[in-house]
Amino acid sequence: MADKRMTADEVAAELEDGMTVGIGGWGSRRKPMALVRAILRTPVRDLTVVSYGGPDVGLLCAAGKVKRVVFGFVTLDSIPFDPWFGRARETGSIAVTEYDEGMFGAALSAAAQRLPFLPLRAGLGSEVMRANPDLRTVRSPYSDGEELVAVPAQHLDVALVHLNRADARGNAQYLGPDPYFDDLFCLAAAKRFVSVEKVVETPDLMAGGPVQSLLLNRGSVDGVVEAPRGAHFTTAVPDYGRDERFQRHYASCAKDLDAWPGFVDRFLSGDERAYLSEVDKFEAEAA
Amino acid sequence: MNATRAEIAVVAVAELFRGDGEIVASPMGLIPQLGAKLARLTFEPDLLMSDGEAYLVTPDGEIEGWQPFRKMLDTIVPHGRRHVVMGANQIDRYGNQNISAIGDHARPKKQLLGVRGAPGNTVNHRTSYWVPKHSTRVFVDTVDVVSGVGYDNAAKAGPSAEKYHDVHRVVTNLGVFDFATPDHSMRAVSLHPGVTREEVAAATTFEIDFADAGTSREPTDDELRLIRDVLDPKSFRDKEVPA
Repeated sequence: MADKRMTADEVAAELEDGMTVGIGGWGSRRKPMALVRAILRTPVRDLTVVSYGGPDVGLLCAAGKVKRVVFGFVTLDSIPFDPWFGRARETGSIAVTEYDEGMFGAALSAAAQRLPFLPLRAGLGSEVMRANPDLRTVRSPYSDGEELVAVPAQHLDVALVHLNRADARGNAQYLGPDPYFDDLFCLAAAKRFVSVEKVVETPDLMAGGPVQSLLLNRGSVDGVVEAPRGAHFTTAVPDYGRDERFQRHYASCAKDLDAWPGFVDRFLSGDERAYLSEVDKFEAEAA
Repeated sequence: MNATRAEIAVVAVAELFRGDGEIVASPMGLIPQLGAKLARLTFEPDLLMSDGEAYLVTPDGEIEGWQPFRKMLDTIVPHGRRHVVMGANQIDRYGNQNISAIGDHARPKKQLLGVRGAPGNTVNHRTSYWVPKHSTRVFVDTVDVVSGVGYDNAAKAGPSAEKYHDVHRVVTNLGVFDFATPDHSMRAVSLHPGVTREEVAAATTFEIDFADAGTSREPTDDELRLIRDVLDPKSFRDKEVPA
């Protein structure tokens, strides 16, 4: 039986320049931040990042890893805007494919189902048709004759998601109230990596939550990373909520180009262990 | 009991939901949330409301259903039994709304949220807007990025865009507005007590039809009690709409 356990750095090493990388979660919620931090430690660049965006997008923009962002929004939830994403947009340093939230999910669904597109009403009449000149509409062959957006499949080279539990073979479980779109990200991707708070024995999955919480089966996962607090500073309820204090610190440093190098030096220049240790010190100082 | 401007606004938002029945109310932001809850506690008891995350909850906070984001986008929005009240950085005379970016989309002067669910909301079900500070910066001739689709753009996009398109009303700190004119340009439904037509005209870039504008209604004693004692005892509403 395949043991798919690997390290975050091994996952990051799978990325190549120019790849399209889907990142699960939603805003500042259950983001695979340890995997994102591992990417920051590699020389990879020119990524197309596909994300219901949060600080994952911000950090990758800050590190100059991003060529294009495919998104419906980028937000830190309790803070409306991510400063690094804003700066990347306002300086013109990244390209974007901006979708309605529902179009974004439809694009992943189409890829998951190996369809070229899915028809959707969302997008008609809005900027997304103008800002994405490659988008086409499709006419219903039935008597209604409706003309709808043909949302193209969004294929991914790599999907990165963070869940609460998994076994070593890639059966993975969310324990919070919302699965987000993590299963779709995996189904749309050629290579699928899941980090989890804890790797457990298979029977412990069913002991930990209802069968509906088993979001990913091992057929849609290529690698499992045990990354405790691996979604920090976003939420991974019920294991932990968002670290609001730290997120505010991130956002204020990100707003201030003089403060940013200090943030990078302290939190992003070592490995994950160093990151968590500095986070603990940061919390202790504030207490 | 004299109602504050914020309380008038909460009641005006509540009135948006009158007659909606058993659909999902999705109020974004404090005043819309207070308004929707007020409607549910008074004249629209069957409204469904989310906690802002994955649960449908009763006014007492009791969970009555599951509504994760995926369900919202795959079925609730396209199914159409929903009324959203969104914010707006810009709104134009035909009800186009922008929450995405200020300036040219290719390289914005100011990046905002992105279009979020606004394109899907506006072509799938009833949509209203809340603007806490009515000004010429918000009410512009042309929005920079069409996030929420207005009447002219829905018409241009064809019957599939118009089929369920229904931009209902805009509530601001000054009054209530709709698009029920022959060319669907914005008109005043009512001005809040104490607000003059001149004040609204000066705070709006384009011309507004005031011909049928009345005065926004005062809260009832019961509504005031609910707002002050139950829904917002710490008066956060006054921070959004100063007295």
